[in-house]
Amino acid sequence: MGKFLLRRMLWLIPVILVVSTITFVLMHAAPGGPWDRDLSARQVDPATQKMLNTYYGLDKPLWRQFTAYLVGDVDSEGKFDCGLICGDLGPSYRQRGLTIQQILFMPPEEKSVIYSRFGYSMRLGIYSLLFAIIIGIPAGVISALKQNTMVDYVSLFIVTIGISVPNFVMAIFLIIIFASTLHMVSIVPRSWDEISVWVLPAVILGFGTMARTARLTRASMLETMRQDYIRTARSKGLSERVVIIRHMIKNSLIPVVTILGPALAGLVTGSFIIETMFGFPGMGRAYVTAIGQRDYSMIMGTTLIYAVLVALANVSVDVVYVFLDPRIRLD
Amino acid sequence: MSELLSVQGLETQFRTREGIVHAVNGVSFGLKEGETLGIVGESGCGKSVTVMSMLRLIPSPPGKVSAGKALFQGKDLLKMSDDEIRHIRGSQISMVFQDPMTSFNPVLTIGRQVSEPLEVHMGMNRKQADDRVVEMLTKVGIPNPRDRLNDYPHQFSGGMRQRVMIAMALVCTPQVLIADEPTTALDVTIQAQIVELAKRIRDDLGMAIIWITHDLGVIAGLADRLAVMYGGYIIETAPIRDVYAHPSHPYTLGLLGSLPRMDESGQRRLVSIDGLPPVLLEKPNFCPFAPRCKYVVERCWKENPPLMQISPDHTAACWVNPETGRER
Ligand SMILES: Nc1ncnc2c1ncn2[C@@H]1O[C@H](COP(=O)(O)OP(=O)(O)OP(=O)(O)O)[C@@H](O)[C@H]1O
Ligand code: SF4
Ligand SMILES: [Mg+2]
Repeated sequence: MGKFLLRRMLWLIPVILVVSTITFVLMHAAPGGPWDRDLSARQVDPATQKMLNTYYGLDKPLWRQFTAYLVGDVDSEGKFDCGLICGDLGPSYRQRGLTIQQILFMPPEEKSVIYSRFGYSMRLGIYSLLFAIIIGIPAGVISALKQNTMVDYVSLFIVTIGISVPNFVMAIFLIIIFASTLHMVSIVPRSWDEISVWVLPAVILGFGTMARTARLTRASMLETMRQDYIRTARSKGLSERVVIIRHMIKNSLIPVVTILGPALAGLVTGSFIIETMFGFPGMGRAYVTAIGQRDYSMIMGTTLIYAVLVALANVSVDVVYVFLDPRIRLD
Repeated sequence: MSELLSVQGLETQFRTREGIVHAVNGVSFGLKEGETLGIVGESGCGKSVTVMSMLRLIPSPPGKVSAGKALFQGKDLLKMSDDEIRHIRGSQISMVFQDPMTSFNPVLTIGRQVSEPLEVHMGMNRKQADDRVVEMLTKVGIPNPRDRLNDYPHQFSGGMRQRVMIAMALVCTPQVLIADEPTTALDVTIQAQIVELAKRIRDDLGMAIIWITHDLGVIAGLADRLAVMYGGYIIETAPIRDVYAHPSHPYTLGLLGSLPRMDESGQRRLVSIDGLPPVLLEKPNFCPFAPRCKYVVERCWKENPPLMQISPDHTAACWVNPETGRER
């Protein structure tokens, strides 16, 4: 197990290298730069731009900028300034005086880390996942137990919608219904301290995952129900309730539980549209803003954090399997 | 010996895309206390469906027991409430299934699974159940049983798993053990060990056995009576010695001919019966074996023969006496 984890962690190095290379190339291939303002605003004058470029090292050749980001570079006073390998994501080009770590992980004032941008996105992801589990798993189980009945068809219908409708389309519909027409929630809440304002974005974000969880649970249940050991369980005189709970659900949920890690990573990294729509103070909205502003180091930093999250989530699948399925050993 | 189990006119059908499959067509047999009944017949002839119908373990839909009775100690298993039959399953009538790999739940420990019947039928607590399980596992020849309670099924070999399965079926000392091809998935030497084990335990506990197989060789030393099935019908029943001495149905003769023999080179050779098993989509109004039968006469195509008394304890469903080759 330890060896396995170590090997998987070492895999993060090439992943980070590839992701950062691609991001760097795409980012610089896009027109514009961090000092451009939109046309209506006052432009930064050329002398200032030149100064800023020198200060941030943007006047150096691209390959040098890339190695400076990854490894580090000597600054004007001849001091070595370590880059990504020291865990330094660099300064933001647009939020003066803040490093990327501070923007993403530092909570305002004296609050706890869950009030940082990263913390907000994590919480939104966790709430969405909870919604997906609490609705998706029972829906899948009931669907399978009542296969080919009305209950099953209704659930399949909702699942199909959840899988095929993108969440921003769903968001618009739900905002029109619950905010504009029914006035039950405000579209952009003034404060995120109240738990009720999280419901709408969490449900919208989690809807697709809920649908996929329900579908996977149903398929897994149907598969389990046909197994020989279910017949064995019945032949022992167990009640239907015990057969379902102890022998069917437990076995069916193994594949479902193992995907929860990647599902959470998907929700946390896939929330930028929803965050932007709801003016959510999370990592996703900051990411979108950074892309618009060509805040190069912010784009790089956030992309890499997303990549690491997804990679760790995938490792979690194998680890969780070991705990749930006695037949599986890692080494 | 008194009649423990009596099945009368059992019929089971499956609704499938191709039509209604008549898997069991009016099967009747009896089982006395302590008796061992062998059921033989080729794959798909309805052996499993017959015994599963009795215990109402047929998946429904698509399956349905459409007629018949299955009296156990005078009460009809097919008519009783779900709760009543649940109390019989695993405590008075137990089953052992063909594939010991897939018939255990892979994510529960052996100890847990074997003790389940004790929990539901005897209301035992963990400790009592564990003691009883260890006792049973010892009886079926599992070495160091107490150390193996927390092992999972995949940690046992095929033969050991089938022993555990037998222990699980017998843990509540049932009156009837139904073994559905319990040795088919095992290799030959292990097969023999399992049959020996069954004999030993039967003599020890005195339960009645229904032993399903498609191998007449396996059943010879074990069964008192034999029922031969073909296409959803029982086509011959007799005490085991009579079957070997006076087989009275051409299909039984064929089965005896297809017993594996050692030929000159010492290799096992299987002589099979020519032709294909019948399609069960229609109930035939002729003898279902007619298309493959060497003794076929005109009447065979006009009427499906019922089971007929041949001698006091011997019935066969055939218009012809294969010993003479003439109509009965
Ligand atoms: N779930 C099912 N759906 C449809 N048909 C079925 C089903 N189960 C059994 N049958 C049909 O019932 C018939 C009898 O099957 P059964 O399993 O009793 O055969 P068997 O004699 O036990 O054969 P084997 O030696 O292969 O176990 C087969 O023709 C099969 O096609
Ligand atoms: S009834 Fe006729 S066809 Fe059927 S087994 Fe007997 S001889 Fe053969
Ligand atoms: Mg069978």
